[in-house]
Amino acid sequence: MLTCKEASQLVSEQHDRNLGRRERIALRIHLWMCRNCRRFERQLSFLRNTLRRGVQEGQLPLDKTLPPDSKARIREHLHKHDHTD
Amino acid sequence: MSIAEAESWLDEYGNALYSFALLHLRDKHLAEDAVQETLLAALQARERYDGKASVRTWLIGILKHKIIDEFRRQSRQATTPDTEEAAWEDAEMTRVDQDFIANGHWQHALAEWGNPENSMHDTQFWAMIERCLDGLSPRAARLFVLRDIWEMETETVCSELAISASNLWTMLHRARLGMRRCLEQNGMG
Repeated sequence: MLTCKEASQLVSEQHDRNLGRRERIALRIHLWMCRNCRRFERQLSFLRNTLRRGVQEGQLPLDKTLPPDSKARIREHLHKHDHTD
Repeated sequence: MSIAEAESWLDEYGNALYSFALLHLRDKHLAEDAVQETLLAALQARERYDGKASVRTWLIGILKHKIIDEFRRQSRQATTPDTEEAAWEDAEMTRVDQDFIANGHWQHALAEWGNPENSMHDTQFWAMIERCLDGLSPRAARLFVLRDIWEMETETVCSELAISASNLWTMLHRARLGMRRCLEQNGMG
């Protein structure tokens, strides 16, 4: 029998690799009996989906302002590297 | 290739580049450097920009390379024992242990988070995500970003950051547990 800690590791790992047959069966049995781990599985999918879409659709990152002093330093640096005629 | 063009990028996309860099690098100085390096690289690669992608997308693409370079550098550095990083990771591991009771069951019941659609356009949700990402240890955050936001292949992450696959899986498990714990503590579900 898997513990929830072990099951949560496998739930996480199925995002990154194909589980072996035994692992898959053990995990399925655990999930069938364990509501918290089923929720964990849904939460991880929720996280992945929202994060990926959030970046694609420009929700993430939230808008921040490049500080004026940073901007001034970058501008100065660009001029230093200007080797055009 | 003109400096005026790079300056116009700075004016138009400076904030977007900085926000993106800051999310990933979590440090104002590193983010500033990354924006600067991006604009310089863009200036040099100007002729190769074919106009298929928007300028913004093109610049973000260059910035991503700069971020990976920085991740690689940090990753190499982290192999020598760094006390601050080590302390952060110890604390992270302790929190994972506290997620479970001694027999390996969850300490607290997990919440139902509902439909992701409801969170997509909620600014508070994204602010919470950013705060929670900041709460991960630097190493866990790097790996989490590459896998769960960039969707970089597992093999690529391992080779880029020179870590073993099993190490990656362990760290990702911790990172994801950390993110879900933080979100729930901040009122998700």
